[in-house]
Amino acid sequence: MNFLAIDASTEACSVAITFNESQFNEYELCPQSHSLRLLPMVDSVLKQANCKLAELDGIIFGQGPGSFTGVRIGIGVTQGLAFSAQLRARGVSTLQAMAQQAYIEKGERSVIAVIDARMSEVYTCYFELDEQGVMQAKTAEAVLKPELVAQYYNDMAIPAYGVGTGWDAYKDLAALKSNPDSPEILFPTAEAMLAIGQIDFSQHSVDAENAQPKYVRDTVSWKKLPGRE
Amino acid sequence: MRILGIETSCDETGIAIYDDGQGDLPEGIVAHRLYSQIAVHADYGGVVPELASRDHVRKTIPLIKEVLAEANLTPADLDGVAYTAGPGLVGALLVGCSIGRSLAYGWDLPAVPVHHMEGHLLAPMLEDNVPDFPFVALLVSGGHTMLVRVDGIGKYELLGESVDDAAGEAFDKTAKLLGLDYPGGPVLAKMAESGRKGRYKFPRPMTDRPGLDFSFSGLKTSAANTIRKEENADLNPESKAQMQADIAYAFQEAVVDTLAIKCKRALKQCELNRLVIAGGVSANTALRAKLAEITKKLGGEVFYPRPEFCTDNGAMIAYAGLQRLKAGVYADLTFKATPRWPLDTLPPV
Ligand SMILES: Nc1ncnc2c1ncn2[C@@H]1O[C@H](COP(=O)(O)OP(=O)(O)OP(=O)(O)O)[C@@H](O)[C@H]1O
Ligand SMILES: [Mg+2]
Repeated sequence: MNFLAIDASTEACSVAITFNESQFNEYELCPQSHSLRLLPMVDSVLKQANCKLAELDGIIFGQGPGSFTGVRIGIGVTQGLAFSAQLRARGVSTLQAMAQQAYIEKGERSVIAVIDARMSEVYTCYFELDEQGVMQAKTAEAVLKPELVAQYYNDMAIPAYGVGTGWDAYKDLAALKSNPDSPEILFPTAEAMLAIGQIDFSQHSVDAENAQPKYVRDTVSWKKLPGRE
Repeated sequence: MRILGIETSCDETGIAIYDDGQGDLPEGIVAHRLYSQIAVHADYGGVVPELASRDHVRKTIPLIKEVLAEANLTPADLDGVAYTAGPGLVGALLVGCSIGRSLAYGWDLPAVPVHHMEGHLLAPMLEDNVPDFPFVALLVSGGHTMLVRVDGIGKYELLGESVDDAAGEAFDKTAKLLGLDYPGGPVLAKMAESGRKGRYKFPRPMTDRPGLDFSFSGLKTSAANTIRKEENADLNPESKAQMQADIAYAFQEAVVDTLAIKCKRALKQCELNRLVIAGGVSANTALRAKLAEITKKLGGEVFYPRPEFCTDNGAMIAYAGLQRLKAGVYADLTFKATPRWPLDTLPPV
């Protein structure tokens, strides 16, 4: 099966393609400039693979959590590409993608992902490798105050391999991770999303217009008018 | 040629297909759709940018589908994709830019970033009676109040603009003080219809000195003071409604007079008698009537879009995009949202 994966949900921007058994990946750190890099990177991997959009079986995209604007840039591009080539799309969690990356790069089998969610909170989730070689969430993805994270993982096999930007921002969480230094895997990659998303793609895929972000933090800080709350 | 237009700069998702009449279809808008988020933002008393972006990313593709179906066209019948690239809310703009740019990539069509205010400015060209160049344009919307001399597409000379609030913003803020939901401008205008002349009088800011700039914050404050004072009066519901209508009347009269005085001045300065009005406030019937009167006296005419193309819409973006496309202007594989983007920096066509 042939798939394209796209992610713009953090400071990293990445695309990956698997076509006729060969895989090509591109990855860049490009804070604030995903809108300049994403389509050129898509074009580049399509050309490297000598593939036309219409020859794909679907598109896999980074669904969040992450930067709202970044997630929507990736999803806008996914919707446009998928609608134009009549492809279906499947969202993959950015936390799950980081966990998967830890398996790809380090062979890790249990991972805690923690990323800074601003407003003194983190997005977090705990993953374990399944028999198909895919990291599966063992808890719900949550947005938490850092001091509540340890308690959230009471029933899990802690410490586990730590990934994400949240560990450096909240040093008190260090006891929960098995890697003593700053995490090496800080951002999700399209490569990992491709590995996750192509398994059982058709069951989990949606039409272009239903490729939508997963916000995790759904409350917004704006105040309603008095009497409208 | 035929182009798809996408507008997502603020709180409306607008999609349209425009045809220039050179093929088998007549010139004009083939199909258009608008989804307004007013209900989403009403509880907050103004547009919440994050909620606007969330809605655009849900609505854009479904509306494109509807427009293609209504036009009975397929993507193969299109020659380009135009999308608003600024000015506006950056997150909202990026939704239209990312979808528009990648649709064009997938369809192998040129992609055309459009300036939202150029869209408004050219919206009267979608009507049967179109102005010849050169003309003076008054752009009056929620975010802008500008007088522009227009010598052709992209040939814009800024004559004057608001130094503080935009006219539409002043309408909305005053409407809010009268207890109306956001955006209250059109409702305030409706209220003014039953208002009486003469009971209240508000200032016509910056009309007593030369120049073509506007200021509306003082007028808004003056209306706010009056509203506060009158609210304390113990009135029965009927007299209260009349009082509010009278305030609405006086406020609208002051805005219309102020805009009219400056329009007249601009026309004289440019030695022109054709005036174009566009943007949300150009839907205001009192303003249209007053400007018709002024241009008539000058032996000219006032031009404006149908009401639904005064406020944000995809049709004006499709039209402006096609003018740019024909001049060979289109984007590379990047897209960019430009929240602040002066109109007079656009290149001429
Ligand atoms: N009949 C009317 N009388 C007065 N104001 C009106 C009327 N109809 C619409 N408006 C005002 O027009 C504004 C909306 O216009 P428009 O959609 O063009 O603005 P915008 O897109 O928010 O701003 P901009 O185009 O400057 O970015 C609102 O402020 C609204 O109150
Ligand atoms: Mg507008």
